[in-house]
Amino acid sequence: MSNDTAAVKDNFQSWFMDKLLMGMSWPEYLRSLMTPFNIVAAIILSIGLPLIAVRAVQGLASVTHASNEYPWGILLGWGLFSGVPLSATGFVMATAYYIFGFKRYHSLVRLGVLTGFLGYLFAVIYLLTDLGRPWRIYYPMAVGFGTASVLFLVAWHVSTYLTVQLLEFSPAILEWLKSRRTRKWAMMITIGMTIAGIILSTLHQSALGAMFLLAPGKMHPLWYSQYLPVFFLSSSIYAALAMVICVSYLGARFLHDATDSNFRSTLAPLTIGLGKGAAIGIYVYFALKMIGVAHDDNWGLLATGYGNWFLVEMLVFVLLPGLILSLGVKMQSAGIVRIGAFSAVLGVIVNRINVSTVAFNWNLQDHLHHIIPPWKEVAIVMAIATLHILIFRWILNRMPVLREHPDYKESH
Amino acid sequence: MDNKPNDAARKDEPGEEHAGRDGSANKKNGMNRRMFLGAVATIGGAAVVGTGTLARGSEDFSGYPNSYGLLTDFTACVGCRSCEQACNEANNLPKPATPFDDASVFDRTRRPDAHAYTVVNRYENPKDKNAPIYRKVQCNHCKEPACASACPIHAYNKTPEGAVQYNADLCFGCRYCMIACPFYVPAYDYESALEPKIVKCTMCYESRLKQGKITACAEACPAGAITFGKRDELIKIARRRIEKSPDKYIDHIYGEHEAGGTNWMYLSGVPFEQLGFPKNVPNKPPIELTKGFLSSVPLVFTIWPALFGMCYAAVRHQDEVHEESCTAKHKEGEK
Repeated sequence: MSNDTAAVKDNFQSWFMDKLLMGMSWPEYLRSLMTPFNIVAAIILSIGLPLIAVRAVQGLASVTHASNEYPWGILLGWGLFSGVPLSATGFVMATAYYIFGFKRYHSLVRLGVLTGFLGYLFAVIYLLTDLGRPWRIYYPMAVGFGTASVLFLVAWHVSTYLTVQLLEFSPAILEWLKSRRTRKWAMMITIGMTIAGIILSTLHQSALGAMFLLAPGKMHPLWYSQYLPVFFLSSSIYAALAMVICVSYLGARFLHDATDSNFRSTLAPLTIGLGKGAAIGIYVYFALKMIGVAHDDNWGLLATGYGNWFLVEMLVFVLLPGLILSLGVKMQSAGIVRIGAFSAVLGVIVNRINVSTVAFNWNLQDHLHHIIPPWKEVAIVMAIATLHILIFRWILNRMPVLREHPDYKESH
Repeated sequence: MDNKPNDAARKDEPGEEHAGRDGSANKKNGMNRRMFLGAVATIGGAAVVGTGTLARGSEDFSGYPNSYGLLTDFTACVGCRSCEQACNEANNLPKPATPFDDASVFDRTRRPDAHAYTVVNRYENPKDKNAPIYRKVQCNHCKEPACASACPIHAYNKTPEGAVQYNADLCFGCRYCMIACPFYVPAYDYESALEPKIVKCTMCYESRLKQGKITACAEACPAGAITFGKRDELIKIARRRIEKSPDKYIDHIYGEHEAGGTNWMYLSGVPFEQLGFPKNVPNKPPIELTKGFLSSVPLVFTIWPALFGMCYAAVRHQDEVHEESCTAKHKEGEK
């Protein structure tokens, strides 16, 4: 009997070391954590996490501006409105690979799905931090149905899509746990889940833009357009391609042991391929934005202060990344493509902050003063973002994402 | 769905102040229009839901007939803040730090917040420096409220009597209503950790309107600046006042058309922008702006699976053809 218990304990210990400590013993594992990156992360968390607790105990007023004119701050401007387009990676990569048949991109599909899943998960975490009563998060699904609200659609779609992405990513989890049979089931629903992902993504990516349609009087006319849903959707597609370029680069650069030789050797040509797609996406988006200005005949506004900032967004944060990407493709340089991709991602963030924060309430007094976030809110955002990176890295180190699991190589 | 029986019985002079209050506002409307549409639509499931509402909602809705409203005449307001005090007491709000007879509050522009449903602000009168203009601010009770269109949980409700009601029991605090409101009305109780809620004027719906009483502010006003009555009649009253004294008023009833029309309307002697009223409020009800988008939802749900399913089938077909030709060649080679 005691032998049995000992065996179970041994089993557990080896499972624990294998799965969670990546084959190291506790002392080895803890030593491996003492890196400069982790120390910085720990400092950020030690400031931000207590502030989240303060927010929970003392209310939103303790960490945000608590303004009645500016109900949304950087928690949503960054976490939700920027986080969701950058998480379109799952639907874009899965569609390209499973539906359109871009088979060469196999080694990046899982990374795309994981980036998307975690991105949505954390968008919800930012949202929970910002909601007045976060424990009622399920209310739109069960208690009251605001069917005429765009946010009702967003709530349903983000929650459904989060589930869809978990299912899409589940083969990786199940391979990690060596659960062969469940994995087979999970693989069978891939196509259905991918198409569900396209439906949900096209709708809620655009819905995030449509949310601002309700406030025409408060938005600067250069950013308010009836095309807002189309702008948000089309920019999310190139954002996703650029994001996969960035994340795969960071993975290859900093998590060498989590990658396999196939991933490393195919990364440069695939990066260039994605860069080409992203550049096309940027040009389409740029054209749409120009159509938006033309449609409302807002050319005259470009000469104003806000107009200049609009031009900076369009030329420096949209067109320029596109040109860098095209240059990289032309010169077959993955390095240049990556510079373009990072700047494209930055550009999407700039756009979402502009729509949700800079252009919103632009005609109120001292507007630009009001949109500077309080340091506590920034610290909370930094802590959640850090947590995001740490969990991302934790998964990449353990599950077969940047590499193929040796047992399942031929099974797709 | 309306107050017809009451109305027919009433023979108010349209010019009379407090016109149209008969005290027995119909409160038996168990299910209002929006709630009904929502329920119908919800049966279809989450995604298609938006559309159900839209299909039905695209009928022209020009507000509840016979709904009540208020008319504030800024040329009459003397800035005594009796309305603020009456509102505070009628709604059991916390006592303010500065008493209601302290005029120092006018030194800065205030807004309704978590502790006050209504505030009065002072503006300089361009016509006469010694006679400042006072403006009372509170919820305008839109005919098609943007806050209600924004709320994902249906915590807002436009009653047939005209009040826009908010139900804190449903609210999860996303504050999208505050984003959507063109008049910057809803305030949030940010200080509370456990029970934060939206705070705004209720038109004294539960506490007075249902008991047949007019709003506390209108009752308290000693200057006759606030008129309670049927919205339709208030518009007539306002028109007559403008006609009678065209020099005193600008020719504009604010709220008659703004944001699709509001149940609380205003008369002024100076342009409304000079009294801090928001510019650029379209006359279309805000919900019209999102209808087009929401009506695309069912199209995506039906067309996308077919379209992308076809792409998938086409790619697979190509793969199969390719494989077949490969095996055929292979076999030929073997021979």
